[in-house]
Amino acid sequence: MAEFAVEMQDVVKQFVTPEGGILSAVNHVTMQIRDGEFFSLLGPSGCGKTTSLRMIAGFELPTGGKIFIHGKEMSQVPAFQRPVNTVFQQYALFPHMTVEQNIGFGLEMKGVSRAERSSRVSEALEMVRLPGMEMRRPKQLSGGQQQRIALARALINKPEVLLLDEPLGALDLKLRKEMQLELKTLQREVGITFIYVTHDQEEALTMSDRIAVMSKGVVLQIGEPQEIYERPASRYVADFIGETNFLDGVVKGQNGSNVEVDLEGTGVVCVESNRSFNNGQQVFIAVRPEKLRLNSEVKDGNNLKARVEDVIYIGTDTHYGVRFSGGQKVRVREQNIVYGHHEIVQVGDEVTISFAHASPRILTE
Amino acid sequence: MLKAFRSSKGLQLFSLISPGALWIILFFNIPLLIVLFISFVERGRAGGIQLPPVYTLENYRQLFNACASEFSGPNCDPFLYLGIFGHSVRIGLVVTFWCIVLGYPLSYFISRQRPIWRDALMILVIIPFWTNFLVRTYALKQVLATEGLLNSFLMGLHVISQPLDLLFNEFAVIVGLIYGYFPFAVLPMYASIEKFDHSLMEAASDLGAPPWRAFLRIMLPMTLPGVIAALVLVLVPVVGAFITPDIMGGGKIEMIGTLINRQFGVSRNWPFGSSMSLVLMLLVLVGVIAYFRSSSEETRRAM
Repeated sequence: MAEFAVEMQDVVKQFVTPEGGILSAVNHVTMQIRDGEFFSLLGPSGCGKTTSLRMIAGFELPTGGKIFIHGKEMSQVPAFQRPVNTVFQQYALFPHMTVEQNIGFGLEMKGVSRAERSSRVSEALEMVRLPGMEMRRPKQLSGGQQQRIALARALINKPEVLLLDEPLGALDLKLRKEMQLELKTLQREVGITFIYVTHDQEEALTMSDRIAVMSKGVVLQIGEPQEIYERPASRYVADFIGETNFLDGVVKGQNGSNVEVDLEGTGVVCVESNRSFNNGQQVFIAVRPEKLRLNSEVKDGNNLKARVEDVIYIGTDTHYGVRFSGGQKVRVREQNIVYGHHEIVQVGDEVTISFAHASPRILTE
Repeated sequence: MLKAFRSSKGLQLFSLISPGALWIILFFNIPLLIVLFISFVERGRAGGIQLPPVYTLENYRQLFNACASEFSGPNCDPFLYLGIFGHSVRIGLVVTFWCIVLGYPLSYFISRQRPIWRDALMILVIIPFWTNFLVRTYALKQVLATEGLLNSFLMGLHVISQPLDLLFNEFAVIVGLIYGYFPFAVLPMYASIEKFDHSLMEAASDLGAPPWRAFLRIMLPMTLPGVIAALVLVLVPVVGAFITPDIMGGGKIEMIGTLINRQFGVSRNWPFGSSMSLVLMLLVLVGVIAYFRSSSEETRRAM
């Protein structure tokens, strides 16, 4: 059991709403976070990811279930006695203290001497690449700098687990991208388990070793980024992570891993799946726009006729909206490898949409 | 003329502040100068001042040495008036202490409620202001009286068999002053605490601070401006209070306020009343200046 940094067992958190009702922010969540991994909780606002994090931190106590940190049960232990530290969304730096006092606060609480505190604060500032900032006040720092101070303040305590609550949410896009890489590098260097809450799927894909996708207080899928992206377990996950085309269909037959699906009016396609389906079962297939080819037929693949309805040029790619004969509309993404590529196909043209058997996922929910 | 007005920034500014300035000069500065003048002249035979004025330092000398008065008997205590000053400051500090100690948790409690409750509770704190101070003090007197509400209640419950002496002593004066000035303590502290970002307490807890340490290191320093404002707003008027000590003390508890009040009333000694008023003002002024010099920019703005 102790190989997990954090383990949540059937955790429930209920709040009483102002109207007197009961809201289950987290509903029977079970997950195991491995030691040393970068683990993301991903979902839209109100999905329970922040509440889960706050329960691990100790700011909220679970209504039911158990939370273990490195094998020790912590469910009802107050925050100040837990071996974890948090980087807050709005940083929560103490405005009346200097940077040095802020970063040294955790050590001060542990009773570390002033001299040792001072040298460790300098080291921490080196680590976040802000040396010599000791005497500044939080107000005198930019958002990105405050972010790093908050990080240093948490990491200086050498926590068993570092919790990050959308720490990059308040930064602008460019800085955010830089910090993503920096955080990831930092995590590898210090080797501490990071639990990272975000609603930004790209951020989660970029940084995480594993991701838990949450919705309405429930964990929908836990897996590595490519597993989540390539093999979404449900329509919700496929839709939330990246862009996906959904096509309704009925299973016509299955031969080993090859499943034949009739796409009402458009034709029959063959899709690989390791699950088994019944004939006549209602399913839908999910296929990413970049996995669809336009006018370049795939051998041993599916080739369907369609009509172009819109063409959107966005620089790196061109997006096409095409409609099959059965009426289903899908989006196709083509890279603009050659100049003028996007002008070859125009609105109203008849095109062939092709994809490999392994590209789509057959989903039932 | 108009051109000169337009081109002169100073003139423009002066014209803008002149109504306020006029008000202050007319109703605050001139009366103060009159008091200053009276404190340096001899009293009149039948009250007021001797005319034409006879200048003297006697009124100040008397304050520091009560036996200097022509009416003092053989057993006079030279420090009588200074003692009353000290006593008033002591009562003021006790009252301020309790106002802050009771007001801080209340302000905290109110600030943690949902907005609609917060407003309702703040109105409950402010409501007593809508009633005349005198009426409120008399009402409190009825509560603490020998046959009053509190004694009858406690006796009805058989907690006590004899009515407690709750009135006409220092206790009654202190209770009356706390009751009267409590809102002055709650309002500035509430303003400070309401602005306080409670996620900072979570951050402190996250960094290993038990609740009381988080309070002392984070919340208290950050809400200190409100506490200091409460201190000044309560201490200054309480030290000079005269209605409450009069009513609740039944004339037995002497404070500077009651003493000064008497000089302008039955004692008909305006010059001595004036000198005491000015010394009291100076005392407060020195306190406030000392505080301002030691306080930070932030604290000053909160005032």
